Amino acid sequence: MIGAAQPILQADDVAHYYGRHRGCEHVSFDLFPGEVMGVVGESGSGKSTLLSTLYGRLTPTAGRVTCRTRTDESVDIHTISEPERRLLMRVDWAFVHQNPRDGLRMNVSAGANVGERLMAVGERHYGDIRSKAIDWLERVEVDAERIDDLPATYSGGMQQRLQIARNLVTGPRLIFMDEPTGGLDVSVQARLLDLLRGLVTDLGLSAIVVTHDLAVVRLLAHRLLVMRKGRVVESGLTDQVLDDPQHPYSQLLVSSILRT
Amino acid sequence: MSQPSETQGAWDPSYNFAFLDEQTKRMIRRAILKAVAIPGYQAPFASREMPMPYGWGTGGIQVTAGVIGPDDVLKVIDQGSDDTTNAISIRKFFVRTTGVRTTESTGDASIIQTRHRIPESPLREDQILVYQVPIPEPLRFLEPRETETRQMHALEDYGLMHVKLYEDIARHGHIATSYAYPVKVAGRYVMDPSPTPKFDNPKMDRCPALQLFGAGREKRIYAIPPYTEVKSLDFDDYPFELPTWDAACALCGDTHSFLDEVILDDAGGRMFVCSDTDHCRERRANGHVGPAAAAAPFETMSAAP
Ligand SMILES: [Zn+2]
Repeated sequence: MIGAAQPILQADDVAHYYGRHRGCEHVSFDLFPGEVMGVVGESGSGKSTLLSTLYGRLTPTAGRVTCRTRTDESVDIHTISEPERRLLMRVDWAFVHQNPRDGLRMNVSAGANVGERLMAVGERHYGDIRSKAIDWLERVEVDAERIDDLPATYSGGMQQRLQIARNLVTGPRLIFMDEPTGGLDVSVQARLLDLLRGLVTDLGLSAIVVTHDLAVVRLLAHRLLVMRKGRVVESGLTDQVLDDPQHPYSQLLVSSILRT
Repeated sequence: MSQPSETQGAWDPSYNFAFLDEQTKRMIRRAILKAVAIPGYQAPFASREMPMPYGWGTGGIQVTAGVIGPDDVLKVIDQGSDDTTNAISIRKFFVRTTGVRTTESTGDASIIQTRHRIPESPLREDQILVYQVPIPEPLRFLEPRETETRQMHALEDYGLMHVKLYEDIARHGHIATSYAYPVKVAGRYVMDPSPTPKFDNPKMDRCPALQLFGAGREKRIYAIPPYTEVKSLDFDDYPFELPTWDAACALCGDTHSFLDEVILDDAGGRMFVCSDTDHCRERRANGHVGPAAAAAPFETMSAAP
């Protein structure tokens, strides 16, 4: 992206091993503000391990992950203190799980789900929290009339929208997505992708999207990492990689999509 | 009208003083000291088997056993009343195992063990209020994992408490939680005063008496030291509010005490009376009269020993 900008996230030779088993290794990249990076590969390729390591949920066996906070500090996300980490997760970062149940609080209303991050960072005005929740429900195209309903009464696609609203309400700058459209019907997937693309563009978000679905990265990602057996086998601009894959494995991935 | 009873009981010498052995009492006192040093923090303790089941105040009983001495005067209340089965059996237990004097008068007691209520009359520096607590963890409602709730307390990460209050307002139009209403103690730890009614929350704030909380099943002791700030959680635009009653106490006419509804007959007759029976008795002794005070049946009810 813009040459002068500092990366919002940097992976420097990152590896994670499960005991002696390689989850991922030798992963390096810079992610710049406003940039969306897709990570593609089959299951077992190490893309989910990489995502968890980048997000700080797994500890790297080697290498480091640094991020730039909104106060423009550069921090190693695996060595910051727990209070700093929690604040970072709630204010600067967001995580959209494949299964919305993993990212939602199912026993409280949609409004409380959206408002939780606001309350976690100290908002104490009910009316303000509620109007922000309504605003966000509308932005993700959920009927604001349903603000007091439990997430369990929502369809899968609506739950995913709710999860996105719940994550974006504090204005994060970096969003991690793990198969965000997985498990949804094709027509629902397409509308959700449109929504995500609009939000990412409008808000100038940076994102890391892990998926096995090349259609998702084609629509969302500026850049791609192709992973196989825990290693990055190819990286580059999305269109370049998809239109003219260089590595035999990337060629295989693309051709398998084209065949189906 | 009867005077508050004050009995000198007989200590059955086959029991160690206050039932528990000295080592156990020391262990409980250490937990209490820790709890007092960190107001509102739930200090773990090795809760012992007591000769009554959990749910019968075993946590409070162990705390009382840890602090009681031969010169103490004990009052035990349940729902504000000294003469419920639970209160009577706990009182008898301490009479048998310590021989201490007991009383129904709040002013005469040095230790008051309670479930549910804080006495209406202000407490003093030389008194200890011991609460029996069923569920000590205020975050449990939304976070079942103990490891996570501990982290949240350690990091002062209390946004979830407001999620609960938010849900209340969204569903009921106001904060409907009327019991176990969460408080922040000394500006740091969020604490569950369960199962005390929120009506009593302001009484905890800067109270001159030491307040100790014992949860037997969950093995936790927590404390509010004398004169500690206790603030009920709320929203800026939905501030903490005390419940009010349209009625006055039928017996003593009090309009400021916590009232219980009493059903009088099958025809739907009912009245409101002070939940704190000692408070009500004292007011009547001082000449206060409620709308139903002349009626004989209530007189006998209130005069139970
Ligand atoms: Zn009364």
